[in-house]
Amino acid sequence: MPRIRVMIVDDEEDLVSILVERLQFRGYQAEGVLSGKEAIAKAAVQEFDIAVIDVKMPEINGIETLRRLKKIKPSMKVILLTGHGCEAEGEEGLAEGAFDYLIKPVNIEEITAKINSALGISSRE
Amino acid sequence: MKETEVSREQNGLPDHHRAMDKGGKSDARGFRYRRLRKFSIILMSIVALVPLIIMTAVNYYQYQKAMRADMIFPITRQTSNTRHALQSFIATRRSALDFVIRGSTYEELSNHDKLAELLDDLKTAFGGFIDLGLIDSRGNQVSYVGPYPLEGKNYRDQDWFHEVSIRGVYVSDVFKGYRGFPHFVIAIMHSTGDGRSYILRATLDSDMMYRDIISQNLRPSSDAFLVNRSGVLQTPSHFYGKVLDTISLAIPAYSPKTEVMEYTQGTKKLLMGYAFIEGAPFLLIETVEPASYMENWLSVRKQLLWFLFTSVVIILAVIIWGAYHMVGRIREADLKRTKMLHEIEYTNKMASIGRVAAGVAHEINNPMAIINENAGMIRDILTVTDNFPSREKIAKYVNSIVVSVDRVSKITHRLLGFAKRMDPQIELINLKDLIDEVLSFLGKEALHRNIAITYDFSPDLPEIESDRGQLQQVFLNIVTNAIEAVKDGGRINIDGKVRPDGRVDVLVHDDGPGISKEDLERIFEPFFTTKKAHGTGLGLSITYGIVQKLGGEIKVESTLGEGTTFIVTLPVARFEAGG
Repeated sequence: MPRIRVMIVDDEEDLVSILVERLQFRGYQAEGVLSGKEAIAKAAVQEFDIAVIDVKMPEINGIETLRRLKKIKPSMKVILLTGHGCEAEGEEGLAEGAFDYLIKPVNIEEITAKINSALGISSRE
Repeated sequence: MKETEVSREQNGLPDHHRAMDKGGKSDARGFRYRRLRKFSIILMSIVALVPLIIMTAVNYYQYQKAMRADMIFPITRQTSNTRHALQSFIATRRSALDFVIRGSTYEELSNHDKLAELLDDLKTAFGGFIDLGLIDSRGNQVSYVGPYPLEGKNYRDQDWFHEVSIRGVYVSDVFKGYRGFPHFVIAIMHSTGDGRSYILRATLDSDMMYRDIISQNLRPSSDAFLVNRSGVLQTPSHFYGKVLDTISLAIPAYSPKTEVMEYTQGTKKLLMGYAFIEGAPFLLIETVEPASYMENWLSVRKQLLWFLFTSVVIILAVIIWGAYHMVGRIREADLKRTKMLHEIEYTNKMASIGRVAAGVAHEINNPMAIINENAGMIRDILTVTDNFPSREKIAKYVNSIVVSVDRVSKITHRLLGFAKRMDPQIELINLKDLIDEVLSFLGKEALHRNIAITYDFSPDLPEIESDRGQLQQVFLNIVTNAIEAVKDGGRINIDGKVRPDGRVDVLVHDDGPGISKEDLERIFEPFFTTKKAHGTGLGLSITYGIVQKLGGEIKVESTLGEGTTFIVTLPVARFEAGG
């Protein structure tokens, strides 16, 4: 089975790097970017199975990033990360084609479970 | 700002006008409305009543004037008629004497028989003559016919003799002669061409004057009589005495025409018509008791006064009702507006606190996530690393980090939950869990002060449909108050039970000092506080408002020295929004 290609998009560099490391630790092929722009640029040149995108980002926010990614990579799954009390944004994301959203703070198990279910993988521990 | 304080700062005016009436600030408000009411009652009364009173007064005086004229007319007429009759009586007899003295010579008049003949003629033709005498210019009675022995009497020194000598005619006051009959004298002087002058003097029966003229048409309640200028009765009077008695009435000043005046005698109001008799020293007085006039007038006056009284009562009633109604409406509108302003203020405050809380929570969440992920990474590494000396310790510390992050996460969740409170969110709420959440905010303070908070929820207590955030606020306020009320080491019990009507009661009981009866009445009033400097007086007012909004009720029972119980009654089913 090929390794699942995950792109983590968040403006919080420390969070991105640790999530990438932990996903890699769990066998995913994870890469991180720090903005919506970077994410779109990277997606244009590189294939990803799924993107985990923080909604709250400067310049291009998570929803807009989702929208643009879906334009260039309609098949790519997207999971959004929203803050507590901002479920409305998550719902908006669903309408734009996101697979689901997670409410921050999230732990790694929640992210991997959601990635797996998005890609139709029963279990991957 | 602590959340408990925050909650006390909020605003929401409960709809309880009764309490408003008694409040400190509301006293001033009540005074303002009372003043407004008083002012409008006075103003409207003036506008409505002054014209009414003026019109009634004008009417009153016009009626009175008209009725007085009606009343005066008959007595004026009768007095005038009597006066004319009396003047005619006297003038006729004076003319008769004049005719006699001119038509006869001195010698003829000196003749006793001739004089007797003339007296007989006068008696027959005119009546009232009693005697007749001729007096020469020296005052000697030359001849006399009549019932008195007056022949040869000299009148030179008497006043009447001088007067008749000067004026040519004299009419005397009434006096009683030897026989006790009242009579008066008419004397006439005549001068012949040869410079000789003499006087014809006749005595007349004054009683005849009374009998034939004055007492005619006299009603039993009326009186008519003659007096002289000194107030001595010249004729009898029904009410003022016998002839030659002095009457008690003041003699009015001379007037050439008939006059009418009102006067009071004892309790009776009388009308007096009077007229001076020309050519005689007599004053005719007629009095009537204007009974019918008074009756008419009293009846009209009664009607007028009734009309005035009834109108005033009706107008005042309408004005007072109107003022109460109007001011009541203004007051209601003011209260509604104040309530709305408070609610807006409350909403705004809650919204800004919510924004601050959300901002803080978001900012904290990201670094917490990094800490969490890093700790997680250490754990990941530990799982693939061979045993080393401090492995257990590191695992323990990492665990502690993860647990603490979890705690922070819960706190930020709560803060965000608080922020979300503004959006009405109806959900199924387990009251016990809700109280747990509330106590998680307040537990620390209770712990520091060694306050025991126990709760006892009946097992059949249903979950209720309500707004979690709002209910949290309610119990936060009540429990905060309870914690503030009890001494260190005090007790607070929170009980939940189902009421017979199906609703749910949550009772928060403290063993604090209790609340006085006066304070109890005002406890839910906005701005009412017993905490002086640090109380805003809004906490319980907001609580009241929220509970009402949620379709519930809040009551408070307290006994001084024993403690206080707040009872929050909530419906189980979803309340009507905006109710």
